[in-house]
Amino acid sequence: MSATEERSATRRHVREGCGRRVVVVGYGPAAHRLVEALTGNGFDGTVTVLGEEPRPAYDRVALTSYLAGRTAEDLAYPAPAGVTARVGTRVTAIDREGRTVVTASGEAVPYDVLVLATGSAPFVPAVPGSDLPGCFAYRTIDDLDAIREAARGGGPGVVVGGGLLGLEAADALRGLGLDTHVVEMSDRLLPRQVDEGGGAVLRNHIEALGLTVHTGAGVRAVEAGPDGRAARLVKPDGEAVEARVVVFSAGVRPRDELARGCGLAVGERGGVVVDSGMRTSDPHIYAVGECALAAGMVYGLAGPCLAQAEVAADRILGGAATFEGADLSTRLKLLGVEVAQFGATSGALDVTYMDPVAGVYKKLFVSDDARTLLGGICVGDAAPYDTLRPFVGRDLPGAPSDLLFAGAGGDGIDLPDDALVCSCNNVTRGRVRAAIAEHGLTDVRGVKECTRAGTTCGSCVPALGRMLAESGVDTGRALCEHFAYGRAELFDIVRVRGIMTFSRLIAEHGTGRGCDVCKPVVASILASLGNGHILDGEQAALQDTNDHFLANIQKNGTYSVVPRIPGGEITPERLIVIGEVARDFGLYTKITGGQRIDLLGARVEQLPAIWKRLVDAGFESGHAYGKALRTVKSCVGSTWCRYGVQDSVALAIALELRYRGLRAPHKLKSAVSGCARECAEARSKDFGVIATERGWNLYVGGNGGFTPRHADLLAADLPTEELVRLIDRFLMFYIRTADRLQRTSAWLESLDGGLGRLREVIVEDSLGICADLDAQMERHVAGYADEWRATLEDPERLRRFVGFVNAPGTPDPSIEFETERDQIKPVLIPLEAVSR
Amino acid sequence: MSVLQQSPAAAAGERAWTPVCRYADLSPDRGAAALVGRRQIALFRTFDGRLYAIGNRDPYSGAYVMARGIVGSRGQEPTVASPMHKQVFSLASGVSLDDPATAVPTYPVRVVDGTVEVGLDRAA
Repeated sequence: MSATEERSATRRHVREGCGRRVVVVGYGPAAHRLVEALTGNGFDGTVTVLGEEPRPAYDRVALTSYLAGRTAEDLAYPAPAGVTARVGTRVTAIDREGRTVVTASGEAVPYDVLVLATGSAPFVPAVPGSDLPGCFAYRTIDDLDAIREAARGGGPGVVVGGGLLGLEAADALRGLGLDTHVVEMSDRLLPRQVDEGGGAVLRNHIEALGLTVHTGAGVRAVEAGPDGRAARLVKPDGEAVEARVVVFSAGVRPRDELARGCGLAVGERGGVVVDSGMRTSDPHIYAVGECALAAGMVYGLAGPCLAQAEVAADRILGGAATFEGADLSTRLKLLGVEVAQFGATSGALDVTYMDPVAGVYKKLFVSDDARTLLGGICVGDAAPYDTLRPFVGRDLPGAPSDLLFAGAGGDGIDLPDDALVCSCNNVTRGRVRAAIAEHGLTDVRGVKECTRAGTTCGSCVPALGRMLAESGVDTGRALCEHFAYGRAELFDIVRVRGIMTFSRLIAEHGTGRGCDVCKPVVASILASLGNGHILDGEQAALQDTNDHFLANIQKNGTYSVVPRIPGGEITPERLIVIGEVARDFGLYTKITGGQRIDLLGARVEQLPAIWKRLVDAGFESGHAYGKALRTVKSCVGSTWCRYGVQDSVALAIALELRYRGLRAPHKLKSAVSGCARECAEARSKDFGVIATERGWNLYVGGNGGFTPRHADLLAADLPTEELVRLIDRFLMFYIRTADRLQRTSAWLESLDGGLGRLREVIVEDSLGICADLDAQMERHVAGYADEWRATLEDPERLRRFVGFVNAPGTPDPSIEFETERDQIKPVLIPLEAVSR
Repeated sequence: MSVLQQSPAAAAGERAWTPVCRYADLSPDRGAAALVGRRQIALFRTFDGRLYAIGNRDPYSGAYVMARGIVGSRGQEPTVASPMHKQVFSLASGVSLDDPATAVPTYPVRVVDGTVEVGLDRAA
């Protein structure tokens, strides 16, 4: 900066009489981090962010989860306070002389400091047809919305590019039900991360999922069908691949056009040239993230881009931070396969382990004296990554062949304090340890808030949990103050020791007298293991009010009654019975989402009489009150539907009758669809079945509710018998190992190794427990009895169904109803008398 | 007459004792509702045979359901959790252990010849 320029800058500053104005162009993760780092460190000027996308910054690393059901709101970063963020605002030019940027609408926005965080644009090869309808990039939420729309109705889909993003996109297409192909120019998948051997193992995994991989193949053209949309992709050798949807993820190009337009220095192959302080050739302008050419390269991984943003923020605040390049180590799960790469991808010596049957490939590169670790590649099992990555460039902590099997815990290996635990946010183990000690942190959430570790890709979260445990923190497995165990451990204690009562369990393995947390958990465990009627003996005292009265409590203290209607199929006669019962007892009726009928407004003392009528007409408990199987919903299936390919109703009824009454850590829902149109919404269920021409596809771990999640395909084209066996095992393994109130979706996500691990256990029987799981389910099926019928037959069980112990027939005077739309409705209970 | 248990607050004279049920009608570690005049009372028999009586109205939801909560302990304190939203109350003092500003009323309770009696102020 010349002296004249400097003076004029000072003058301008003084004239305006305010703090400096920072303008950020682009509103992605790097821009967000920069703004956060500014506002979080007491920046007193104004910050304006101009984003081209119609929404604020969101988590691009988690983009694929958007198609799996997470919403744009879930992915959005919280907006930093005190920042003017303008979305849908494209900047078209920079006037460096006048220190203004010009937007597409012609508005000039003045700046004192400008930050370019414009990111990158997907590279789409200039081949004929690459702009046809049906061709997409994979970068923004809008891209994903368009892909989802185009994928409706299924068909073939092709991803061009077999790198990290390409495989993410392939997973997304597969999740959308497309017959998915991946076309990769190089001779292997993930050419930047793995070598030939790793690529081959990865390819096996991916082909086993039903994807088709074309390596060594480019694109000659995309050809249109009669409707003018993409119909096929033609490879250079002339072979055509059918494709209704084509996704290009063959790399990205830095968005450096604004920089070029105003004469800033850019790299030969693109990218705004910056110094180690992230400053461009104009000292008033910084560039960060995927548009910047820093330390000789353009970084595309989240970690380095966020680090650049922090450096730029520090500089704007007057600091002297530098960005000297970053580690490109990666650990991630692609299409259910763990892949990791750290350090160098070649070396003087290497040690390789390969198990083609298990699909595991691990390789370490070491120096020629075999003492220094240079890098490594893992496919199929990335457990050594966390342990070994900190040792890159250091002496090996053990024999290389042992290190290949170093578990995620790094047992017996002492990690140095300067070893990175979170590469996305550049957090060392030392910093995490210090934070745990200084702030007395007791959970991973606290560590995340304090250090930022684990807040971006999340792959280090298990390591954070272990560090807490190493620091002597009880990481919260304890159920409550009465038991130091988690639910899964209690389950094993009860099962292995054959404990039948809560009294014995708490006397031998707990303290105190229990509470509303542990008592229902133990009640559920005892019920899962088939310990008779849930209202007998001591078990009765453990039950939540719903299980205690075999009905669901409502806001005014009345209960609802839900008879089982297996598969949602019901005769007119039975419908009439339900109608008559509801009419005679003055109940409110509503059809539920699970294809049955809810009767609401019953007082405790009415429940036995209501159920007597229902049981006499052939109904049984629907377990709507229990953490148990609720319903198996179905579409009409091949019997009536002209599209159906299997009898979904018959299967739904069979499954509902098989698993009725099964107590679990949380409620269980299921559905069966008779064809791929999925009218029964099976993929939103804990276990869902979708008919195929050849059998049934089994999906597990779906959920609606608070955190919707599409179920994952566990196995395809199963004959009915095999399907049932897999569901048996899935349910029993879940019941044994899940936490309290953990739905199958959260359980599956928390399962170390996820869906792959589940497959190993219940398909390949890697733990040798399948026979046990099968036998346990057989005991459940054989031991099932209707709880309501058994209650009506036993005066002792019926004794509890009174309004008042001293006035059994008197209705609760506090329960009142009014009429709305010709049915009863509770009169709201006034809350003015809350004792304070 | 044999008095098995009497609340310390039960001073003689101004209290009216109302018999409500047989002691044997109450299940261990479970509650039962009783109607005394127009007042709803939740009676609890804990594992050690002790009796407690508190108001049946859950102050958080306004519903008369406390008798249907799960009985347990927190530290040395005998507790019941509201079946509506699980707030935990001391059976002895009626105070919410999660929110000491909120409480349910407590009543003296005793057993006379196998019959459970609840004591209410005459004015009530």
